[in-house]
Amino acid sequence: MSNSIPGNPVGEGQLERKDEQGEERGLSQGIVVPEHGAGPGVDPWAGEMVFELRDVTVSYGGQPAVKDVSMDIPRNEITALIGPSGCGKSTLLRCLNRMNDLIPSAEVEGEIDYHGQDLYGPKVDPVQVRKMIGMVFQKPNPFPKSIFDNIAFGPRVLGLGDVDDRVQAALKGAALWDEVKDRLDDNAYGMSGGQQQRLCIARTMAVDPEVILMDEPCSALDPISTGKIEDLMLELKENFSIVIVTHNMQQAARVSDKTAFLIVRLDAAETARWGELVEYDVTERIFTNPADSRTEDYVTGKVG
Amino acid sequence: MATGDIRAFGTGGPAGRRPVPSLEAPSPRYGEKAIRGLLALCALLSVLTTTAIVVSLLLPTLDFLAEVPIGEFLFGTTWAPTFTPADFGVLPILVGTLSTSLWGMLVAVPIGLASAIFLSEYASPRTRKVIKPVLEVLAGIPTVAIGIFGLIFLSPLIEPILPFMVKVPPFSAGIAGIAIGLMIVPIIASISDDSMRSVPQGLREAAYGLGATRMKVATRVVFPAAISGIIASLVLAGSRAVGETMIVLLVAGASPNLTFDPGSSVQTMTAFIGTTATGDISTGTITYDTIFAVGALLFAITLVLNLFAIRMVRKYREVYE
Repeated sequence: MSNSIPGNPVGEGQLERKDEQGEERGLSQGIVVPEHGAGPGVDPWAGEMVFELRDVTVSYGGQPAVKDVSMDIPRNEITALIGPSGCGKSTLLRCLNRMNDLIPSAEVEGEIDYHGQDLYGPKVDPVQVRKMIGMVFQKPNPFPKSIFDNIAFGPRVLGLGDVDDRVQAALKGAALWDEVKDRLDDNAYGMSGGQQQRLCIARTMAVDPEVILMDEPCSALDPISTGKIEDLMLELKENFSIVIVTHNMQQAARVSDKTAFLIVRLDAAETARWGELVEYDVTERIFTNPADSRTEDYVTGKVG
Repeated sequence: MATGDIRAFGTGGPAGRRPVPSLEAPSPRYGEKAIRGLLALCALLSVLTTTAIVVSLLLPTLDFLAEVPIGEFLFGTTWAPTFTPADFGVLPILVGTLSTSLWGMLVAVPIGLASAIFLSEYASPRTRKVIKPVLEVLAGIPTVAIGIFGLIFLSPLIEPILPFMVKVPPFSAGIAGIAIGLMIVPIIASISDDSMRSVPQGLREAAYGLGATRMKVATRVVFPAAISGIIASLVLAGSRAVGETMIVLLVAGASPNLTFDPGSSVQTMTAFIGTTATGDISTGTITYDTIFAVGALLFAITLVLNLFAIRMVRKYREVYE
C-alpha cells in the first residue's frame, strides 16, 4: 500500500500550514478525520505514507539493536510501536529523525524513505530532517528558561518570523495557553510534569514540523496528565503524523490507528539480543485478532 | 513454600516466639566521635590558615599606613619605595598587574572557551580522551618554565613581526600576558568543559530535535545552562593571572611604568613582592611593611573578584533538573 497517491501533496500541505498558524490549519478544513481504526475513504491522505522502512537494521558498535524492520507509516495517523523492553522500539523511532546520529557508534542499514527521499542519503542534512520531523521525549525536558523562551527557542534558532504569534499558536495548539498565558515569563521548571510535557509538545509544534515522534511521552506522568496528552494527540493528528513508542498497551489501543509489535530475540548462544518486528497492522486487529500468537500473548498479558 | 526452614528467618511465626530486642546502641561508638572530630579539625584548619594570613597581612599594613597616607598609596603615580626619597604610589604596579592579567585573559578566554565547546560538543570521545589529559598536563607545567618559554622563545619570535609589542627587548607586558594566557587556558577549558558536559543530554536532544545546528545547541542551550561553572572557571583563571609571579618577574621587566601599553616593560605587584622579599630586609622597616601593604591590596583584589563572580553566577544561572 505504498506510494498509491502520485504527485507531491506534501509541498502543498506545508505551504498551507505556513500561511495559517494556530487552531484553524489548512488541512483540517472540511475534512472528516476517520475514527481511529476505521478504514480509508474520507481521509484525503489515505494510503499516503510518510515513512517507508525497508529491511532497517540499527546497530550500536556493531551489535544490532533491531533487525530487518520493514513497515510503512501513514500520513496524518498515529502509529504506535509496542513491545517489551529492549525490543528496539525507541532505537527505531530515533532513526526516523536521525537522532541516532548523536550516538557516534550507531549505524543504520537498510532504507528509510521519507516521502520517497532516502533519509540516510549522502546529501541529506540531519538538521533539515529534524526541522520536519520533531521529537518529544520520555522525560519532559524543557530548557531552563521561561515558558515563552522555551517555545520561542525553535523559531528563533531557525530564524522563523513572528515569534510571538508562533508561541501563542503553539501553546493554544497544545491546549496549554489558558493555563500559562499569565505566567509566560516564569521558569518552565515551575510547571507540573504533565504541563512540562505539553510544553515540550508545544515547543515542537512551534517550528511547524510534519511529523512528531513521541518516545514514551507519558511514562513519567500520572493518569490525568496522560489523558490530557492522549486527547491532545488525537487532535494533533489532523495536522501532524505521529509515531509513538509506548509501554502502555492501553495507550496504544486508545490513541493509535496502526500498531507495530516488536519482540526481543536471542541468538542460540544467548549472547546477543536484538529486536524484531513481529506484526504490524490496524490497531484494532492487533488488539482483537492478531495474526501472530506472540502478539496475542503480549497484548493479552500472558507474557511481557 | 510454607516450610519450617523459612520460618527461621524474619518475624514470621506465632507472635511472641522471638523476644523483642533492645533498640539502644550496643556501644558508645567512640571511634565514630573521634573520626568526626578529626574531620572537623581538618576543615577548620583551612579557615584558621586564611584567618592567620589575613591577620599577618593586616598588622604590617597598618604600620605601613601609619607612615604613608592611604591616599598617597592608592592614588600616587610614582612607585619607588626603595629609593631616597621614596615614593609609595601603588598605581604603576597595580596597573602593571591589571595590564598583564588583562592581556592574559584576552588571550585565554576565547581560546579556553572555544576549546571547552570543542571538547564538550564537537570532539569524538576518542579525541577528547587524548586532548583533555594533554590540557591538564599543560595546567601542571611550572610557571617558571612558561616564563622562560615566554622570554627566550615568544619574545624573540614576536618582536620582528609585531615590534610594537616588544619595545624594550626582551621584556614586554604583552608577551608576559600571552604567557599568562597560555598558563590559564587549561583552567578555563577544563573546568568549562566539565561544566558543559554535566548539562543533561536531554536538553541537547530537545534542541537538536527542533532542527538546531550543533553551534546553536552549544551556544544557546549548553553554554547558558553551564554558565555558573564557566564563570567559576573565568574567576579562577583571573585570580591565577592576577596572582602569577614567576612569569611576570621573568618576562614583564621590572620598570614600574604607569601604562597599559602591551609593548612597554612593567612591574606587577607580585613581581615587586618577589624581587623585594629577599631574606635580607629587616622587620619593622618601611620596605618590609610595604611588601605586606601590596600583598593586602592583592588579596583585596582577588576577594572582590570572587565576590563579583558569585553575584554574576547568582544572576545568570539557569537551574536545570
